[in-house]
Amino acid sequence: MKQTLTIDALNENLHSVIDFVDEQLELNGCNMKEQMQIELALEEMFVNIANYAYEGRTGKAEVIFSCDNGVAEITLSDSGKPYDPLKKADPDTTLSAEERKIGGLGIFLVKKNMDNVAYRYEDGKNIFTMSKRITK
Amino acid sequence: MNTVVEKTDTKLVVTVGSRVDTNNAPELEKVVFDNIEGVEHLILDLKNLEYISSSGLRVILKAQKKMNTQGSMVIKNVCQDIMEIFDMTGFSEIMSIE
Repeated sequence: MKQTLTIDALNENLHSVIDFVDEQLELNGCNMKEQMQIELALEEMFVNIANYAYEGRTGKAEVIFSCDNGVAEITLSDSGKPYDPLKKADPDTTLSAEERKIGGLGIFLVKKNMDNVAYRYEDGKNIFTMSKRITK
Repeated sequence: MNTVVEKTDTKLVVTVGSRVDTNNAPELEKVVFDNIEGVEHLILDLKNLEYISSSGLRVILKAQKKMNTQGSMVIKNVCQDIMEIFDMTGFSEIMSIE
C-alpha cells in the first residue's frame, strides 16, 4: 500500500518528512542501519528540492512510500524547474583533502546508500524514485 | 545530545552531538570555526554521533582543509555505521581516524 505525504518544500519540514518515512520503515520492520541509510538518502533528496527546485519561491514536495516484498521504495516529486540529479558527476573520492571540493556529496551518498535510483520528468514534475531492500 | 567544545591553549576538542543534518550543520560549523584560530591540534570526538548527512561531512572536510594549513586534526570514536560513510566518501583516506 502506498502512503503519501504532501508538504511545503522547506528545510524546516525535513524532520516531518523523515518522521513520515521512519514510521513506515518501522511498520515494515527495518533494521537501524538500513533505516539510517534510507534517512540519509531522503534528507539529501528532500533538501535538494527545498533549496533549488522552486528558486526562492515556496512550492510543494510529494513523498510516496511503498514497501513490496521487502523492498522499500520512496518517490519524491516537485513541480519546480526540471533538474536531473543523476546527471551530476560523482565527486572524485581519491583526491587529497587539499584537492577535494567542499560539498557535492549529497547525490553521491544517495546512489551509494540505495540499491536503485531513477529520475524522470513527467507532466511538469521532477520525479525521483529510489529503492532499497530492507531486512529486520 | 549537543555539541560540546573544550579549548586549552592550542588544542581544541569538539565532541559532536548525536545528529548532524542540514538544519544543525551550520551550528557545528560556527562552533568549530569560531574557535579554530591558533589551534594546532583539533580533535573531533564522534562518540555520540549516530547520523551525519552531506551537510555535516562538508563541515568536517572544511575543518580538515583548515587544519592542514595550521596543524593536525584527529577524529575519534567513530561508530561502524558512520565509518562506512567515511569509507564511501573517501574521508577515511584523507583523515586521521583513531
